[in-house]
Amino acid sequence: MVLSRKSLTIIASLFISALSFAGIAQHEEHAASSPTQEAHAEAAHSDSHDTHAEPTDVRGKIKAHINHHVLDSHDFTLFSDEETGMHFGFPLPVILVDEGFHVFSSSKFHHGKEVAESNGKYYAINHHDGKIYRTDAQGTITNDAKGHPTNVHPLDLSITKSVLTILFTALLMFWIFTSLAKSYAKNNGIATGIGRFFEPLVVFIRDEIAIPNIGQKYHRKYMGYLLTIFFFILFLNLFGLTPLGINVTGNIAITFALAILTFLITTFTAKKDYWMHMFWMPGVPKPMRIILAPIELLGAFIKPFSLMIRLYANIFAGHIVLMSIIGLIFIFKSWIGSSLSFGLAFVLSILEILVAFLQAYIFTMLSALYFGSAVEEHHHDEAHH
Amino acid sequence: MEKLVNQFELGLFFWQMLIFIGLILLLRKFAWKPILESVNNREEGIRNALSSAEKAREEMVALQAKNEATLQEARMERDAMLKEAREIKEKMIADAKADASAEGAKMIEQAKAAINNEKNAAMAEIKAQVSSLSLEIAEKLLKEELSNKESQMKLVDKMLADAKLN
Repeated sequence: MVLSRKSLTIIASLFISALSFAGIAQHEEHAASSPTQEAHAEAAHSDSHDTHAEPTDVRGKIKAHINHHVLDSHDFTLFSDEETGMHFGFPLPVILVDEGFHVFSSSKFHHGKEVAESNGKYYAINHHDGKIYRTDAQGTITNDAKGHPTNVHPLDLSITKSVLTILFTALLMFWIFTSLAKSYAKNNGIATGIGRFFEPLVVFIRDEIAIPNIGQKYHRKYMGYLLTIFFFILFLNLFGLTPLGINVTGNIAITFALAILTFLITTFTAKKDYWMHMFWMPGVPKPMRIILAPIELLGAFIKPFSLMIRLYANIFAGHIVLMSIIGLIFIFKSWIGSSLSFGLAFVLSILEILVAFLQAYIFTMLSALYFGSAVEEHHHDEAHH
Repeated sequence: MEKLVNQFELGLFFWQMLIFIGLILLLRKFAWKPILESVNNREEGIRNALSSAEKAREEMVALQAKNEATLQEARMERDAMLKEAREIKEKMIADAKADASAEGAKMIEQAKAAINNEKNAAMAEIKAQVSSLSLEIAEKLLKEELSNKESQMKLVDKMLADAKLN
């Protein structure tokens, strides 16, 4: 190939950032071109759900679009045409546990505009949080003083956009890494194809994350978890930067699940020394030990909590900032302002790719650090602190 | 914080846990284990190859040193042999010279002795001839004297002249 690696990278980033605009551009173009028509359409809709009126100005629309984007969704919408009310994408199955299973397609909701009926019960999607609530046939959602719905929220096991993405990521990872594993046998111990790219990452996690933090002796039993979590977060972060409009690692339920696994593994593989250091710190005066114990115990919970918030906040904020800057293009609507916004969004997209790698690395690295403290062996003497 | 709690969706958490734990277990068995084993094997192989190469290099160095030592030894031996040969040669030449001079001296001695002998013999012969000649002269003289006095004198003169010439 004549193209150098640098120019390839630039082309790839251009492509990714350009695609990011596609979705919102479609959305906003029509909003800007025909505000009066939109107002009519909105008026027509507003009678079906009187508690929520969609904003009609560009700023409000962008804000609503961003708020909608960062949440999970019950259907996979690639882009939509507001003028005709057309949504391009596909519906996903809704599975509700509400006195028995309710399984139906999300197309029944008509993108949140209608009430879905299943086995004699009525459900509607609340626009504020994107969750499904049990309603009456008219889809009435009553809010409390804080603006939270008081309606019954059934256990929602739907295959949402995030679940589908996780499933896809899991299958992709399984395919990539089993093919890498198989390629060794075929090619005399040397990786082939896409494995050539991933093998150095695997070795990096072993040599730069697992062994320095956990130690040569115990690192092997944590490798499976560390490798899986690194690639899982990395892939989902990167998918979040595609124009598919996915925000999985910027969802608190996902990062909570990941952090709690790190916490559980740390707790259940911890050796005597770990508990000793937590409840009866050696090498400090006895009254201090009593004071230190609750602090250490609290620390054990704060560590995974910080993991959860760090990943969530970084990805969530990245999405909001990037989308806001892309949205600025449509607010400025001038040659200079829009170009500036484009440039800024382009640079930020590249930064977000770095963040995607960095956050995956940090999560894995800190998990390894916590595992390391769980299996660490101290040689106790009185001088120890 | 309240917004965060509100955003938490139990269903998504459930699926995430289910899929992720399943993924960990599957990948552990079908991917990470063979991958890490292969990588370890390969690294072990590389390490072995490197150490054996190092060993071979060391052996080579040792062999070279040994060769060098052997060569040095051979060179020294050659030098010693050359030296010895030179010494032998010089000794031979010296011996030969000594022999030759001794022989020469001996030959000169012999020659001298032979010359002496010859001289003595010649002297003896001369003496004998002189005596016989003297006797002859005396005989002839006596014979002449008995015949002619004058001619006798002449003869004596002539003979004396002859004897002088002799």
